[in-house]
Amino acid sequence: MNSLNTKANIKSPDEFYAELLAVHEGLSKAESDALNARLILLLANHIGDRQVLSEALQAARRKD
Amino acid sequence: MSKIFEVPLYPYQRSPDQDARAPVRHKVVVVGAGPVGLALAVDLAMQDVPVVVVDENDKVSWGSRAICFAKRPLEILDRLGCGDPMVDKGVVWNLGKVFFDKRQVFDFNLLTEQGHKRPAFINLQQYYLEQYLVDRVRELQAEGKPIELRGGSKVLDVSQDESGAELTIDTPDGPYRISAEWVVACDGAASPIRTLLGLEFTGRVFEDNFLIADVVMEADFPTERWFWFDPPFNRGQSALLHKQPDNVWRIDFQLGWDIDREKELKPENIDRRLKAMLGDEISYQLEWSSIYTFQCRRMERFREGRVLFAGDSAHQVSPFGARGANSGLQDADNLAWKLRLIMDGKSPLTLLDSYDAERVHGADENILNSSRSTDFITPKSEISRIFRDAVLDLSERYEATRPMVNSGRLSVPCTYDGSPLNGPDCAAMPERTRPGSPMVDAPVPGGWLLDRLGSAFHLLTIDAEAPDTVSVDGVACQRLALSTSDDHDGYLRQRYLGNAAAGVYLVRPDQHVAARWDHYDAAAVKAALGKAMGR
Ligand SMILES: Cc1cc2nc3c(=O)[nH]c(=O)nc-3n(C[C@H](O)[C@H](O)[C@H](O)COP(=O)(O)OP(=O)(O)OC[C@H]3O[C@@H](n4cnc5c(N)ncnc54)[C@H](O)[C@@H]3O)c2cc1C
Repeated sequence: MNSLNTKANIKSPDEFYAELLAVHEGLSKAESDALNARLILLLANHIGDRQVLSEALQAARRKD
Repeated sequence: MSKIFEVPLYPYQRSPDQDARAPVRHKVVVVGAGPVGLALAVDLAMQDVPVVVVDENDKVSWGSRAICFAKRPLEILDRLGCGDPMVDKGVVWNLGKVFFDKRQVFDFNLLTEQGHKRPAFINLQQYYLEQYLVDRVRELQAEGKPIELRGGSKVLDVSQDESGAELTIDTPDGPYRISAEWVVACDGAASPIRTLLGLEFTGRVFEDNFLIADVVMEADFPTERWFWFDPPFNRGQSALLHKQPDNVWRIDFQLGWDIDREKELKPENIDRRLKAMLGDEISYQLEWSSIYTFQCRRMERFREGRVLFAGDSAHQVSPFGARGANSGLQDADNLAWKLRLIMDGKSPLTLLDSYDAERVHGADENILNSSRSTDFITPKSEISRIFRDAVLDLSERYEATRPMVNSGRLSVPCTYDGSPLNGPDCAAMPERTRPGSPMVDAPVPGGWLLDRLGSAFHLLTIDAEAPDTVSVDGVACQRLALSTSDDHDGYLRQRYLGNAAAGVYLVRPDQHVAARWDHYDAAAVKAALGKAMGR
């Protein structure tokens, strides 16, 4: 069974981060929220694995 | 005892040029005795190119300036004969800690790679670097090398034609003029020469202010770099603590955009901030305090006829990532040998186009990296801040987002990919030493690889035969023969051979790789040498 990979896994992280912010450029907060929602759904579909998705949801929810 | 930054190091002295009827002609005049101007002048003088440095001042730099020096600039300073005092005096550090709100989210080790003479970084006040460079100038003068340093000499005007440039220089005895085949403007971010020539300096100003304090205190904080995002003592902003020699600590407080500068700079306000950060019981002396606004910008071209620009005059970056002085030293490193070849009549003027191409490429890489760091530290929008805080939040528990935490990506030299000077590559060899790359140090019998390369072209052979010298029109390239049978820890193989059985590297005088092969081929090496000379 697969589990959520929480090790660093993105090549050129600075470049990715800059691109992530760049797609939000010029959007209102509401538009950015909507973009994020679409992004999550696309990535979730790509991952597909229910177990991994549940773990990711719980990891994101957890906050001290 | 007076402090090093209070002592005149090169006080004004009248020069015979001031009594000459017509402007005296020099080979190279460097304007500005900051780290870049001094390094360039030392490099030129060591290569027997006569050089005059003029500076309106006569002391080391004033105020909080560079503290972090990276490995590549230290290697350049080794070549110039100033590496040892830097590293002897400097503080070596490896560990960084990142704090968010009230807690430490993670720490990181620079995990310095083994098999290098120099550490990844040292911390040292910029004024020490400048002092060591001035000491080196004096040493070269004692050896009879053609180098002159004129303090109290302020450039007021510049004009040029095809064969050279003329400068008007103000002194306590009044103005005089000199001319030069080449003028290199190392006159800092506010470059008067750039302004006099009407050249643009465009880019981004970050809408933020940083209070930077250098304090002398006896403190037992470890030798680590501590960076805080949104700490209780500086809500909504960031802060940095970093150690320098002589018990001096660099402290940065991000202040935001709308501030009252005068109020922030009052000693009682700085005291309040320092105590909130470090505890009420600290006792310290303030060495410097100032408020900076940062920008990332560069000139469109680093050459304008007979005037070249190097260091902050050509490009300016925000200090997150320590790229200002570090990249300026790489400009000097890139320029000195090219000027020498041109003045010796060995290379065409167009060789200088490669200075522009290569160092503009370096500046762009530095600007990109420091802009990204600054954007992480100062999020530009609500959504950027949300992502930034999410990255920090997750980093406490998961490694996944740690590589995205960006409080400054520490300076590494760029590879001149696509440079007009690059020759053939060899696919079996490691990527990190491809043409355009700075040579990677490695232990060799009796010392270090980079120390075996001077300021000339070299042909490095590893398990390969080649003649002792290869020449193109009087420019000689000496062979440095190494063997993997002495390479006990395998660094040479790892860094230079990869899957190749043998290696032949053509190395430029600035210790960048020009071309490489897995065997010696006389015609190919000569062609590559000619190309690296800009022919
Ligand atoms: C707070 C802060 C922190 C920094 N931290 C780092 C760091 O950690 N690492 C790093 O690499 N860089 C850092 N930097 C950047 C670094 O200080 C600069 O990049 C570096 O000083 C540039 O050197 P330079 O020789 O190009 O110019 P400068 O050091 O500015 O020297 C210019 C010289 O030109 C002279 N001059 C100017 N006008 C004239 C004239 N008309 N006639 C004659 N002479 C003139 C000046 O007197 C001066 O001596 C930092 C900068 C700041 C402000």
